[in-house]
Amino acid sequence: MEIVCPAGTPASLRAAVKAGAHTVYCGFADETNARNFPGLNFDRDEMREGVKFAHDHGAKVLVAINTYPRAGAEAIWHRAVADAESSGADAVILADLGLLAYAAKHHPGLRRHLSVQAAAANADMLNFYASEFGVKRVVLPRVLSVPEIAAINAETEVETEVFVFGGLCVMAEGRCSLSSYATGLSPNMNGVCSPASHVEYHDDHGALSAKLGGFTIHKVGADEPAPYPTLCKGCFSAGDATGHLFEDPVSLNAEKLIPQLAKAGVTALKIEGRQRSRSYVAQVVRNFRAAVEAQAAGRPMPEGMLAQLTEGQAATAGAYKKTWR
Amino acid sequence: MHLTVGPNQFFWKADAWSAFYDQMAAAPVERVVLGELVCSKRLPFYQDRIPGAIETLLEAGKEVAVTSLALVTLKRERKLTAELVEAGVEVEVNDLTMLAYLPKDVPFSVGPLVNVYNEGTLAWLADRGATRICLPPELPLESVTALAAEGAKRGVTVEVWGHGRLPLAISGRCYHARLHKRTKDNCQFACEDDPDGLTVRTLEDQPFLAMNGVQTLSDSCASMANQLEVLNKAGVNALRLSPQTGDFLGVCQAWRDRIDGRIDAAALSDRLETLSGGMRLSDGFLTGARGADWSRAKEGEVA
Amino acid sequence: MHDHAVQLPVFPRLPAFALRGLPLTPIALALGAFARRMAARHPSMFKRLGDYGNLRFVLDPTDLPVTLLLEPRAGNPRLRLSRQPMQGDARIAGPLSGLLGMVHGAYDGDALFFSRDLVIEGDTAAVLALRNAIDDAELDLAAEAEAMSGPFAAQVRRLIQLAETRTGVALSRHEEGPLW
Repeated sequence: MEIVCPAGTPASLRAAVKAGAHTVYCGFADETNARNFPGLNFDRDEMREGVKFAHDHGAKVLVAINTYPRAGAEAIWHRAVADAESSGADAVILADLGLLAYAAKHHPGLRRHLSVQAAAANADMLNFYASEFGVKRVVLPRVLSVPEIAAINAETEVETEVFVFGGLCVMAEGRCSLSSYATGLSPNMNGVCSPASHVEYHDDHGALSAKLGGFTIHKVGADEPAPYPTLCKGCFSAGDATGHLFEDPVSLNAEKLIPQLAKAGVTALKIEGRQRSRSYVAQVVRNFRAAVEAQAAGRPMPEGMLAQLTEGQAATAGAYKKTWR
Repeated sequence: MHLTVGPNQFFWKADAWSAFYDQMAAAPVERVVLGELVCSKRLPFYQDRIPGAIETLLEAGKEVAVTSLALVTLKRERKLTAELVEAGVEVEVNDLTMLAYLPKDVPFSVGPLVNVYNEGTLAWLADRGATRICLPPELPLESVTALAAEGAKRGVTVEVWGHGRLPLAISGRCYHARLHKRTKDNCQFACEDDPDGLTVRTLEDQPFLAMNGVQTLSDSCASMANQLEVLNKAGVNALRLSPQTGDFLGVCQAWRDRIDGRIDAAALSDRLETLSGGMRLSDGFLTGARGADWSRAKEGEVA
Repeated sequence: MHDHAVQLPVFPRLPAFALRGLPLTPIALALGAFARRMAARHPSMFKRLGDYGNLRFVLDPTDLPVTLLLEPRAGNPRLRLSRQPMQGDARIAGPLSGLLGMVHGAYDGDALFFSRDLVIEGDTAAVLALRNAIDDAELDLAAEAEAMSGPFAAQVRRLIQLAETRTGVALSRHEEGPLW
């Protein structure tokens, strides 16, 4: 199986390729991609050089242009698609209907993948995107179980890519405006969720509380792991209950499910984390490359080594196990 | 400015559901969208009431549409969605899966849960047969203005979220079931106990969100009470009022009075606050720094 | 799954204690020259910082009796050293090994934060920008120091290697060759 690895910077791209990534995904340093974080991403020259480096080492590059273009400013997104093509990228990852239509019409030779931000969650929708816009691969939303993924693959020719490691959205991606409700900035419009610019930490004698846009998201004691204050993983109360009502501060690790995902007909395994360091990228990629090599050779999955890298230092198999719901 | 009553987002008992649409037949609104938006498991409890409600509303001279489900994953849900084509009234598409089933010559409308953020998307949908689009509530005024202009150019009616708890997210996981330590498959319909959603508070006891099964809403009740002139000027054609319990007919009437110039913005928000049992209002997505803000809130006050 | 798999080395007490009595001026001067050299050799790092480059970052190695104040100043950086707590727009505190390990790509900043080995205060977005800019620059502080030491380069290299072995602190760039 192909492993698709994150790169927030040129250094991470090189680290991912050296660590064994078959494919790297990245974005331009602006609002056109869903990891529009401070100090991250690629300018046009860096993208060209990154693609060349990857190609020289036998790896592919996908350019994520997966936010929803702002009305009156679509030209910024159109230019991003054109620049991705001229940089030599192997495909673009898009979410917006209008942008897909534009790319299909004006850049027919540029391969199109459907971003997870489009939340295409059933076979009919995959086939719809394929027939309308010539989409070749769909990144599936993180709301599906393994049997559901298998059922989708049985009904479509479109390649599927699924997340196996990293941050976990509990909401259908691209259909969530929790972040902009609290901060004014959203994944769909600004390429950020629970942005650092709106985070405030207060350290009170070792107890750490985190606010987002003025709303308290969680408080942790001195010795507890500190999750980033992502809104849907916050600690809240409703009725008589207090706790992580939407999702615990965990991240996804589906390493052990690789054989089942292979059997389900999945083409590519995606690792989340363009905002993480090159050290993280290298470690995770190395592990997953070893895992898919083991899978291909019919050997047992190697023991997981990634616990310390996960958020809250705890991991879940997410929606892949049906009881998650 | 026209008024649309959007599909009920919550799970109501069948009798309450029927009584609501009987009332809406007499409401001063032009259009009513009904059907199940949030969770397919709720539908069997009132599905047989839908044809009657449609008939009542049509007889009362309302435009009527049925909504498609917001998130379609299961085979059963795909079948339900495909069957909407036969509903006999217009379909409001709230998940693009619906487009896979709609024949290309059938006109349709688009609901607020479809991502229409720009002119290119609006144009594509118009070419595909969309005659009406209710924009995502997240959009700022600049985007609403640009999209209303594009809509006018293409003969698409543009609607904006006018009143009600904001649909902020949809998930594969049911939060009501999780709260009651049940799985989604064995939810025992926990969401039925909260016919307006269950308020979610921060650790400092600040009301923040509301859970409604697989959906997450705002705690605040969005209201365009102070924005009517701005939206008129932007070229918006209709406002959507989202059902809630209590005197919803009164909510519709208050809005009609405001649109017809019988009351002003302040009087409308006062009436809405009373009618919604003291719910906090918000309109920050349109003109504020963030969605939760309210244009009349004092500085430093959390709306 | 809550075991701390990364155990950060702590700077040995004796040299830390020695630093308490040392005059800071020569060290500060050397740091200043060092910062200017880095700026000349890594201009893209400052570009990546963007507007955050105009802010002031307090770097607080919690196992040393000193604090650093870093002002990137759009490519004309200034590094100040003090025994007193300093004020800035953002503060990053943690064991020296964690701070240096992050710079050298041996540790992941987020992981250190999740495990509470790193503490962040003030402008979180600025800290993120700084972390990302440094991460991309693939710095090697030891190699830079060695190159600055002219005729003493070989001695400096030996010293650094010795210190790395003794303390377990990543003083030079952490990298592995291609694996596949």
